[in-house]
Amino acid sequence: MSLLEKELEKKVEQDYILEAKNIKKYFPIKGGVFKREVGQVKAVDDVSLSILRGETLGVVGESGSGKSTLGRVILRLLDPTEGQIFFENEEISKMSNRQLRPYRRDMQIVFQDPFASLNPKMNVQELIEEPLLVQTDMSKSARKEKAISLLEKVGLRPDSRLKYPHEFSGGQRQRISIARALALNPKFVICDEPVSALDVSIQAQVLNLMADLQDEFNLTYLFIAHDLSVVKHISDRVAVMYLGRIAEIAPKKNIYETPLHPYTEALLSAVPSTDITAKREKIILKGDLPSPSNPPSGCAFRTRCPKAHERCSLERPELINVSEGHFVACHLYDN
Amino acid sequence: MTQNTLLDVKGLKTYFYLEGKKVAKAVDGVDFSVNPGETVALVGESGSGKSITSLSIMKLVGKPGKIEDGQILFNGKDLVPLSDKQMTTVRGREIGMIFQEPMTALNPVFTIGNQIKETLIRHKKISKAEAERKAIELLKLVGFPRAEETMKEYPHQLSGGMRQRAMIAIAISCDPKLLIADEPTTALDVTIQAQILDLMDEMKKKFNMAVLLITHDLGVVAEYAEKVMVMYGGQIVEQTTVENLFLNPKHPYTSGLLESLPSLDKDVERLGAIKGMVPAAHEFPSGCRFSDRCPHVMDKCRAANPELVTVEPGHNVRCYLYE
Ligand SMILES: Nc1ncnc2c1ncn2[C@@H]1O[C@H](COP(=O)(O)OP(=O)(O)OP(=O)(O)O)[C@@H](O)[C@H]1O
Ligand SMILES: Nc1ncnc2c1ncn2[C@@H]1O[C@H](COP(=O)(O)OP(=O)(O)O)[C@@H](O)[C@H]1O
Ligand code: SF4
Ligand code: SF4
Ligand SMILES: [Mg+2]
Ligand SMILES: [Mg+2]
Repeated sequence: MSLLEKELEKKVEQDYILEAKNIKKYFPIKGGVFKREVGQVKAVDDVSLSILRGETLGVVGESGSGKSTLGRVILRLLDPTEGQIFFENEEISKMSNRQLRPYRRDMQIVFQDPFASLNPKMNVQELIEEPLLVQTDMSKSARKEKAISLLEKVGLRPDSRLKYPHEFSGGQRQRISIARALALNPKFVICDEPVSALDVSIQAQVLNLMADLQDEFNLTYLFIAHDLSVVKHISDRVAVMYLGRIAEIAPKKNIYETPLHPYTEALLSAVPSTDITAKREKIILKGDLPSPSNPPSGCAFRTRCPKAHERCSLERPELINVSEGHFVACHLYDN
Repeated sequence: MTQNTLLDVKGLKTYFYLEGKKVAKAVDGVDFSVNPGETVALVGESGSGKSITSLSIMKLVGKPGKIEDGQILFNGKDLVPLSDKQMTTVRGREIGMIFQEPMTALNPVFTIGNQIKETLIRHKKISKAEAERKAIELLKLVGFPRAEETMKEYPHQLSGGMRQRAMIAIAISCDPKLLIADEPTTALDVTIQAQILDLMDEMKKKFNMAVLLITHDLGVVAEYAEKVMVMYGGQIVEQTTVENLFLNPKHPYTSGLLESLPSLDKDVERLGAIKGMVPAAHEFPSGCRFSDRCPHVMDKCRAANPELVTVEPGHNVRCYLYE
């Protein structure tokens, strides 16, 4: 792209397919004999983000940081406690199930464990046809044709369509979930750890497939994973989550080459590298992720942060814009 | 083999006898050795036979599995013919073990303190008071600052990383000469993984333990091991120093794995995927077990399985390209 073209592009109104504003999702903790609410798990605690049409936004963070909950709230599989969600500029956060129906076609999800998400009593053809049956008035033969073409797209043999999920390997089952998610020609797909359960050689096959399908169908992905190398490979931008909040969000290059948040730095340094000539300095964080039902005051990361200072326990850092597209929530940057 | 080899596995075969006369050759002719104080990694994808190799060394393979052939020389003594009773003095005392999911190895109804003390009393024949003191010392060593309180806690009260620390405390409690760690950090987040692997490395140096580190993560191999074996289809396909493996990989499977790995240190447009999938242990292809996925396959590869041969000093490869 020439410089001029870049400048022109910037001027065009950004085409956001999805915008989430100040999303909170609190789960009640019930206790005692009367099962009263004794507290709250702040799984997602004030997250805002926007996703451009056709891009892949990666979301990384440790287990329990709220990645899956965020994904489910965005798709309205869970109701947000607070906040707004816009899909193609329409607010979907307050819609009834009935109003949501046409939007459900455009937004799909692929889960980590395809075994748990595929009904074991349905064969592959039935699995792929199910969304078509529920959402469209396609004829039986048209559905079958679509199922076969989808199987081919995801690299499975059409004659495998009469087999059941348990007859496939993990990688093949993930291909079936992807075919099923694509049945209704969605525009936006949330991928929640889609390759985490797969061996590396199979993981590479599925990642390549997802990249091809994105090009072919102009898909937008929200790609959730805990593997930082996988997220780097597939994403255009990356959000780093910690205890229900975004610590840093930026174009991929910034996150991986010039990370600013102490948590992002530590996370990257902890990834074991196969490059034995490049000796990176490891930052070993102390302790575990605190409980999201009782997060530390101020900055949620302060109990493990090597750069924590007095202000960090008193004031919660907000996301601030440090350079183009690069936002970080840390007091080191908001003087 | 040098004079002071600690563990010397020779021609190990462990088979599972399945329904319908099927035989799963989970481990099918594995040779390797571990010297005192060194970390040797066993790496491969799921189903390649890593865990069954380690369980065989501990003589923990149950029915329908059986050690079919081979020797497991530990300090020169073969473990294969030993009875279960004789093995109890080896397990936990001379060879410590850490598993992927510490919850399955820790007893949920006993406190952490009780479990460490029990191991100490059984193997070391020391008094209760002495065991108590030693257990607290061990917990402090593996990073529990409030060790006295941790002694009284139950496994479910600890996080995954803390449970793995407790497992390490138990595993090293009797000063084993060999620690077998089977995917010790696979269930953990990367920041906790770094803590645990560093702790293992520190303990290894402090007590001059050897470590057999089983993992599917090539990054973990690169950072923590000295020697490495790549397993595929129940056999070792490449065996060398860590440096050689990453700078000069030879087996097509090893190169394929390295190319399919997304990395923080380099950018690639497209990952190099290996076609097909890992074969099940009861239906390996005839000839070379990688032949149905190998981009360099030749006629002879389908006819007979190549031997593991030394192609350069200290570098063994099982592939006809190097004959
Ligand atoms: N239905 C629920 N009820 C109560 N708490 C919940 C519920 N779902 C999630 N949580 C809690 O919310 C927090 C965030 O969970 P979430 O599943 O979103 O994390 P995650 O980042 O996807 O983790 P992982 O990497 O393990 O998948 C956790 O503390 C979790 O225990
Ligand atoms: N109890 C068992 N019965 C039958 N086959 C088994 C059993 N345990 C393991 N296997 C087979 O042995 C092979 C190697 O298994 P394992 O050592 O657990 O692999 P890894 O640890 O490398 O993932 C696999 O093909 C597996 O299916
Ligand atoms: S705000 Fe303070 S505690 Fe939080 S990341 Fe920044 S320096 Fe660390
Ligand atoms: S022996 Fe043949 S099939 Fe096997 S790895 Fe070597 S070249 Fe490939
Ligand atoms: Mg999740
Ligand atoms: Mg295993």
